[in-house]
Amino acid sequence: MAAKRLVYGLYNDEEILLEAVKSANEKHIEIYDVYTPFPVHGLDPLLGLAESRLHIAGFVYGLLGTMTAFLGMTWIFTKDWPIIFGGKPYWAVPSFIPITFELTVLFASIGMVVTFYIINGLGPGVVNNYLDDRITDDKFCIAFDGNDISNSDAESFFKSTGASEVHEKDL
Amino acid sequence: MSSYVSPIREPLITGSKSYHDITEDLVSPTEKVPSASWVIGFVLAISALAVGLFCIAWTIWHGIGTWNLNRTVGWGWDITNFVWWIGIGHAGTLISAILLLFRQKWRTGVNRAAEAMTIFAVICAALFPGIHVGRAWVVFYFFPYPNTRGPLWPNFNSPLLWDLFAISTYFTVSLLFWYTGLVPDFATVRDRAKGFRKKIYNFLSFGWTGAAKHWQRWEYLSLVLAGVATPLVLSVHTIVSFDFATSVIPGWHTTIFPPYFVAGAIFSGFAMVLTLMIVTRKILNLQDYITIAHIESMNKVILATGTIVGVAYLTELFIAWYSGYVYEQFAFFNRALGPYWWSYFGMMACNVITPQFFWFRKIRRSIFWTFLLSIVVNIGMWFERFVIIATTLARDYLPSSWSYYSPTWVEMGIYLGTFGLFFTFYLLFTRVAPVVAIAEVKSILKSSGNQYSGKAEPGHHHAHVTVDPHFKSYLNKSSYDYARDDKGNLSYGSTAPSRTSRLVEDEGEKSSTASTLASTASTLAADDLKKIEGIGPKIAEALNASGITTFAQLSETTTERLQEILDTSEGNYKGNNPESWAMQAKLAADGNWDELKDLQERLDGGKFA
Repeated sequence: MAAKRLVYGLYNDEEILLEAVKSANEKHIEIYDVYTPFPVHGLDPLLGLAESRLHIAGFVYGLLGTMTAFLGMTWIFTKDWPIIFGGKPYWAVPSFIPITFELTVLFASIGMVVTFYIINGLGPGVVNNYLDDRITDDKFCIAFDGNDISNSDAESFFKSTGASEVHEKDL
Repeated sequence: MSSYVSPIREPLITGSKSYHDITEDLVSPTEKVPSASWVIGFVLAISALAVGLFCIAWTIWHGIGTWNLNRTVGWGWDITNFVWWIGIGHAGTLISAILLLFRQKWRTGVNRAAEAMTIFAVICAALFPGIHVGRAWVVFYFFPYPNTRGPLWPNFNSPLLWDLFAISTYFTVSLLFWYTGLVPDFATVRDRAKGFRKKIYNFLSFGWTGAAKHWQRWEYLSLVLAGVATPLVLSVHTIVSFDFATSVIPGWHTTIFPPYFVAGAIFSGFAMVLTLMIVTRKILNLQDYITIAHIESMNKVILATGTIVGVAYLTELFIAWYSGYVYEQFAFFNRALGPYWWSYFGMMACNVITPQFFWFRKIRRSIFWTFLLSIVVNIGMWFERFVIIATTLARDYLPSSWSYYSPTWVEMGIYLGTFGLFFTFYLLFTRVAPVVAIAEVKSILKSSGNQYSGKAEPGHHHAHVTVDPHFKSYLNKSSYDYARDDKGNLSYGSTAPSRTSRLVEDEGEKSSTASTLASTASTLAADDLKKIEGIGPKIAEALNASGITTFAQLSETTTERLQEILDTSEGNYKGNNPESWAMQAKLAADGNWDELKDLQERLDGGKFA
């Protein structure tokens, strides 16, 4: 696959960025991606980003933890090796609750975090191409795919929306 | 952000920071050579750790007999320290999880360091049960794994096993939560670093790009993790209290233990956060990010939880009397008036009386008192665990087996060692990671930065960039030097003015509000106020915090206003008289350095002679 060429503009403030994204939507210019130093609220609907389903995954992982703990202890203490502790029944449900709860939380957390990194394509040793070093500092970046828009159009767009810099980069 | 913040809220970020200033201030401590105080602290911490490791090795080599435990006193300093450290480990996740759900913005200033503290404190805590079992090398028998001994499973009905699950889950979840928050900040460090350092931070930052979708998921993840971590925080110390409450020991088997332990844990955790943060903010110059408002908020939590703990102590006493159960009555009588009366007295004085001082606003907002009282609370909470464990076990049902427990040097050495471990990790953390969450602080700047907050100083109103439509239209009209290089690529970044200087120009040209904007503009190029006779580094800081950063501003400030700033700042400036400062500043602002020198020669410590 040919290298992707991105044209991107850097903005100095998230409010200006939001206006610029609105303007791009009005002009029907497709945005490749937006990069910011912190989560900018109000950006997701403008970019048409669907709500994340991470919490649903978290629920499923949590449920898996609940089942693992509760069914595991049930099997161990009723089938595998039944022992009477302190005159309690083998299947002592109330005393299974703390561990069941802890494993629910543990599974949900680990599962969600691992899922988060995998679907984002992030992880130890991953090297991504970064458009600009200042995006993690104080620059707010809108990037267009160079095949979707001509340089002059991109330039005039960035100019009219108050970008402080325009660059292009091959990824 | 345009979310509404009440004007009576104090700003949480002072010093009129820009986004770049935040990056600069928070990343630079990891980029500099360690200071002398850091090196001294690190050497001390490592030495304490070495003592601890020696004592642990001694314990493992010679056996638990090197401790002063006996037939009835099966738990001593080890479990006291375990519960104490676990309690301290409660503040971090409480701050990052519960306060996130409650939308408390001040958590952003302290959550990173508090979470780090949590993780290190839990490591210290976990050490104690690990070596207390005696055969530390087979401690993994606790975990239910298919084994060749039957398989023989641990007892899932035992609170001690619940505790193992609670603490390992708590540790894991806190670590994941902490690290996920750190990833974008490591990316910030990475993008400023060069060479090998860049490689390290590239690894640590997991290839973070700051894409919109990633941030969206990141926020979801934080929120849901906070949601599951909130009951987790409460469960951990509840389960620790079950270690005691499910026993049949008078003084232990009370139903009040879970809430009382949780409140005590938060109480001691916040005290430790304050102890650490007061030192950290000072050494790393983070006063603009961890403000008096943060300290006051934490002191309020200490007051609330400390009062709950106080009520719990009194309730226990009442119930012991009201139960009519002689063993329970004896247990409490013995605690207060028996051979360990001193520890009970220490506990009551430190935990019941101390937090009540925080009803006074002056004390809540005083660095000195907060630091002192936070240490008192730490001591008091250690006494609480000692009272519960040692007094109860030393005098059980049979007077023939009564004894007086005091620790051996080995036990004391291990406790010292955990301090070493804790501070070694903490000091390394301050070198490797930004101690304040950079991205999170940036995200509250527009709502809680002093220049945007409704509480900006009178006569010092900053432009509301977020709401001013003229500003935006002005920006749209700005001209830029676009140019194409020989390859036809767009480039003009090098000639574009930086964010700060552009703000200055933009705002300076807006004549309708020129006077107010000029003050904004001038704050961006701060002067060294220490050049004014009578102003030292501390006062200069106080003035900066009040928005006075330049000679021009100082020259326009009245003596009464200056006196007011001095009176409300932390520290004692009674001897300082600001009467001549405005006059001196005027000369400095106009560049009349010779005249200023003449004037200063006639002044006596900044006062008119």
